[in-house]
Amino acid sequence: MLRFILSRLLQAIPVIFIVITATFFLVRAAPGGPFDAEKVVLPEVKRALEAQYKLDLPLHEQYFAYLGDLTRGELGPSFKYPGRSVNEILFSGLPVTAELGFYALLIALLIGVTAGVFASLKPNTRQDYIPMSLAMIGICMPSFLLGPLLVLVFGIYLEWLPISGWGAIPGDKILPSITLGAAYAAYVARLSRAGMLEILSQDFIRTARAKGLPEWLVVTKHALRGGLIPVVAFLGPAFAGLLAGSFVVETIFQIPGLGRFYVQAAFNRDYTMILGTTVFLSTLIVLFNLVSDVAAAWLNPRLRSQFSGGKS
Amino acid sequence: MSLLSVNNLEVSFVTRNGTQKAVKGVSFEVQEKQITAIIGESGSGKSVSCYALLGLIPSPPGRIDGGSAEFGGRDLLTLSENELREIRGRDIAMIFQDPMTCLNPFLTIGEQLIEPLRLHRGMARDAARQRAIELLDEVGIRSPETTFDSFPHEFSGGMRQRVMIAMALINEPRLLIADEPTTALDVTIQAQILRLIADLQKNRDIGVLFISHDLAVVADIADQIVVMEQGEVVEAGSPDTIFKNAQHPYTRKLLAAIPSGERANATAQRDVLIEVDQLRTWFPGSGQDEPVKAVDGVSFNINRGEVLGLVGESGSGKSTLGRSIMRLAAITEGSVVFDGTDVTALEGRDLKDFRRRMQMIFQDPFASLNPRMTVYDTLAEPLLLHGICDRKNLDGHIAKLMDDVGLARGFIRKYPHEFSGGQRQRIAIGRALATQPEFIVADEPVSALDVTIQAQILDLLLALGEEHQLTMLFVSHDMAVIRRIADRVLVMYRGKIVEAGTVSQVFDQPSETYTQSLLASIPGAALAG
Repeated sequence: MLRFILSRLLQAIPVIFIVITATFFLVRAAPGGPFDAEKVVLPEVKRALEAQYKLDLPLHEQYFAYLGDLTRGELGPSFKYPGRSVNEILFSGLPVTAELGFYALLIALLIGVTAGVFASLKPNTRQDYIPMSLAMIGICMPSFLLGPLLVLVFGIYLEWLPISGWGAIPGDKILPSITLGAAYAAYVARLSRAGMLEILSQDFIRTARAKGLPEWLVVTKHALRGGLIPVVAFLGPAFAGLLAGSFVVETIFQIPGLGRFYVQAAFNRDYTMILGTTVFLSTLIVLFNLVSDVAAAWLNPRLRSQFSGGKS
Repeated sequence: MSLLSVNNLEVSFVTRNGTQKAVKGVSFEVQEKQITAIIGESGSGKSVSCYALLGLIPSPPGRIDGGSAEFGGRDLLTLSENELREIRGRDIAMIFQDPMTCLNPFLTIGEQLIEPLRLHRGMARDAARQRAIELLDEVGIRSPETTFDSFPHEFSGGMRQRVMIAMALINEPRLLIADEPTTALDVTIQAQILRLIADLQKNRDIGVLFISHDLAVVADIADQIVVMEQGEVVEAGSPDTIFKNAQHPYTRKLLAAIPSGERANATAQRDVLIEVDQLRTWFPGSGQDEPVKAVDGVSFNINRGEVLGLVGESGSGKSTLGRSIMRLAAITEGSVVFDGTDVTALEGRDLKDFRRRMQMIFQDPFASLNPRMTVYDTLAEPLLLHGICDRKNLDGHIAKLMDDVGLARGFIRKYPHEFSGGQRQRIAIGRALATQPEFIVADEPVSALDVTIQAQILDLLLALGEEHQLTMLFVSHDMAVIRRIADRVLVMYRGKIVEAGTVSQVFDQPSETYTQSLLASIPGAALAG
């Protein structure tokens, strides 16, 4: 198992390196620079600024200087928030985004697994069609449409919930979490339905019934574990999607998370900020994919014994 | 006294395409302390009848239309799901065909074993564990203490079937329903499991309902035999009456299909087509493990036009040997000379040409045909690939192939799932013949088929072999099948050839103890007597 994890981590290094390199040159290839938009900048002031942030050096020297900083864990100073480093900004936004992502994932799993298992028990009946049709709608509905719709209905017409902010007014975390989690709940529902259907058709389920087990035990004890392996394996990619999706949701609901800094950084050509966020997020995504792969393998006794070298 | 008495059972399946009657008024009895065997081909309704008794057919589409099933003074068919559940696993237990898939791979064997005890008797975990370990020991599992905490994948098929049997018997049921319990197992293992079931039945004085498609299997153990065909009981009686005095033509057909006897013509001296010399195929072990010596220094010749039988248990390396000759498995050492050319060194174009002259037929006609290709496409592919014919006369070639393997020409636009197992194997044979090969490796081509179909496919292979002057390496674990089709036999054990000779030498005077044990495990010893 340890060897598997180590080799996966080693494989991640070139992936992250390519991401860094590509992003570094892409942001610099984009027209405009970090100090172009300022209203009146004296040429000498601009030169001084560029010198301070090493922007006057040739491109390849900037690149190697940046890589050097990275190895020390330095993401550099932000161009747009003078006096703050990218590290500081990232860690101020991270808890908010992490909390949002966590709630969204929780909603996705609770609703998704319940609906999927429920549907799989009576396939091709109303008990199957209704939740699965809802799931289809959930997948097709983008968050930039669902978010405003929820705001309109629950915030403005019904006046039940606050429509923006994070942690300021009680209940303001509900709508963003639902907006972000809905599509994943739908996807998890479809995955759990398919996984459960596959397992429920296996011979060992018939064995369990032949032993006289009540149906709820057949489902929870014999089917659920294998049926949910696809869902567990999906959690890694889902996490990546949640991070990407949080940019939109944070913008809709005015939430001071990582996503908003990221979007603003792109508009501002804040090179170090864009790069820092990208490096940080890609590392997280690689890690979470690894964690979900390991968890999915761990659930399968056959793979587990292979990992721990023969005997489980 | 009768333990279970089924009367006029009727079961049907309601689908969009109408209602299909699967069981049409079936009656049979299981006497206390006796084994009743239900015999029939797949689709005869034998399994459905038994599953219906316990409420185990999926409903819908399954539906019980009528009849009664008396067990312990109650009619099983009128019981509620809850009452039936109490009976399942306590009074009536079941074991199934494929032990590889019937145990839950996610739970330890122990956890699955104690489930019935905890459920039906509310036994404490420790006591249940103790009882389970005793029973594992009784069904012949070594070191049951450690087995208890192992997962199913750590065991072979035979061992898993023993675990299934232990699980079925753990609550001391009065009736055991065994659904094809040995069909998925090797012959030697099959004999062991049959003996185990018979012994346990005697020791415990329970009734057994034994479902099988193979008359030979039940010949030795059954007290009563019920023959089913297309949802109806066509004949019933003691094994003696059935074997010596069968009335119904279907029963006679089943009896005739039991492979026995050998081919008449002993082959005259023929020139050598294939020379295999000191062939080794090793698979690297994981980590520091020893390499797996699947084929370990094997030498033999195959003469032109002969059928060479290769027999052995699963894991003996016989399939790997076949694949090595075909260059489908990487050869570690040694040579294979085909018609004067050493094929071990062939590459690229030469290898492709050589592949045209050798073809393979696989065991599982369900898995080896591409489900998204029609029969026409399946047959057309090798014809065009190897330039046997061009697009203009493709249709004619394909029609000829269909005739050769005995399939109606009207079937060519159909997909594999629309065919039965036997028909699919015919398609697979047609595909193999398409390139007009000289040599065919048939890897267990009839093992997945019913006996009557088995006999038809064997006859087809023999006829085609004569017609096209084919040389064949016929791989099988089934001695009876080998005896029917082969001219000479090689017996393989643990990667080595332990015995070789003509069919009569190997079958009548086996010199190796391993061959003797293989022969002893052919089911149907009662038939010979």
